[in-house]
Amino acid sequence: MIARLNVENLALARGERQLFAGLDFSLGRGEAAALTGANGAGKTSLLRAVAGLLRPEAGRVQFHDAAGVEIEADVARAQGLHLLGHHDGLKSTRTAGEELKFWTRWLGGESLSLAKAIDALRLEPLLPLEVRKLSAGQRRRLALARLIAAPRPLWLLDEPMAPLDLERRALFGGLMQAHLAGGGMILAAVHDALPIPVRELKVGIA
Amino acid sequence: MTGAALVALLRRELALAWGRGGGPLFACAFYVGLATLLPLAEGPTPQKLAAIAPGAAFAALALSSLLSLERLFERDYDDGALDLLTLGPLPLEAVTGVKCLAQWLANSVPLALAAPIVSIALGAEPRLWLITLVASLGAGLGFAFVGGIGAALVLGARRGGLLIAVVVLPLFAPLVIFGAGAVEAFGAGLEWKPALAFLGAYSLAAAGLAPIAMAAACRNALS
Repeated sequence: MIARLNVENLALARGERQLFAGLDFSLGRGEAAALTGANGAGKTSLLRAVAGLLRPEAGRVQFHDAAGVEIEADVARAQGLHLLGHHDGLKSTRTAGEELKFWTRWLGGESLSLAKAIDALRLEPLLPLEVRKLSAGQRRRLALARLIAAPRPLWLLDEPMAPLDLERRALFGGLMQAHLAGGGMILAAVHDALPIPVRELKVGIA
Repeated sequence: MTGAALVALLRRELALAWGRGGGPLFACAFYVGLATLLPLAEGPTPQKLAAIAPGAAFAALALSSLLSLERLFERDYDDGALDLLTLGPLPLEAVTGVKCLAQWLANSVPLALAAPIVSIALGAEPRLWLITLVASLGAGLGFAFVGGIGAALVLGARRGGLLIAVVVLPLFAPLVIFGAGAVEAFGAGLEWKPALAFLGAYSLAAAGLAPIAMAAACRNALS
């Protein structure tokens, strides 16, 4: 399982435009990094590159286990990381319960962790509702529930707090803290400050 | 865990395919409507219609199979689900294969069940029902997987639905030729097995190879 993320000399481009080059950082167990930078600086692209959806122009993304041995990237991604993007990945015509159950199975979670997630994000009353009837904040909570329902060490979060109200932000802050305390890692693109101690990582051409 | 994920994915895809673009009932209604237009255009002479019925029914089947292809990958692409599907226990090749299999089960099979009825309504001999059904089921498998290539290739393009039709209709041609050919040969008392064998070979080759192309097209669209 992933215990360290290493990004070496990474360069990303979208089309002809170079987003950034020579980015180095590393994230170990219990550490969180907040990606900051202007709109279009490449925060989302960096997250997608770590998730293997975007091929870097140059540089490497590596995953290591607790013993420091490199894990094959495909295996690490299929078992060890969560990506929570702008889109929630939820089908509007299905019920919240069906969607959460499917993603839990797909991402390797179990009934026990699913129940824990429903409890942690207080989703019980939403489960029989169709996803299209949920508000933006409720949909985001449903998406965040995946992180708990299928425990994986590395969380890649893209503006995770944006649609949440203050109370839910505090709630999710607690969940992030618990994840870090349990040896997890968080890489998040944010504009507002996160309610956890983080290292700031500026993205963009300096 | 992989098996459980596979079953979960197939069940989800079936549920979605059943509701996609009005579902299979909509495709079947389109199929019947298309077949109803034919006698209106051709004139109601029974002999004339009977002669072209198997071929016309097959061409209409091919067109009806196009309807729900647009949404096969597009919805998952738009709402971010395709991103998450790449992070599961199965490779994207298997994911796309399962999606097409569900497309066949939820869409092509109902159409194939309607095919003998449409064909007979157009004037084909009733004894042809079984061969029509078998040929339609086989061709439907090919329509689903070849169509999936088109659906994956046009991801992110505007007016993808029309583009899919242009991309995949030429690839549907062998299925129509061998499918209608098998039915006609059977009706005329000729050797019909080779045509059916070709149909099966084409469909199975599509089912085997198309997932590789679809996965590559999806990765390209995501990056």
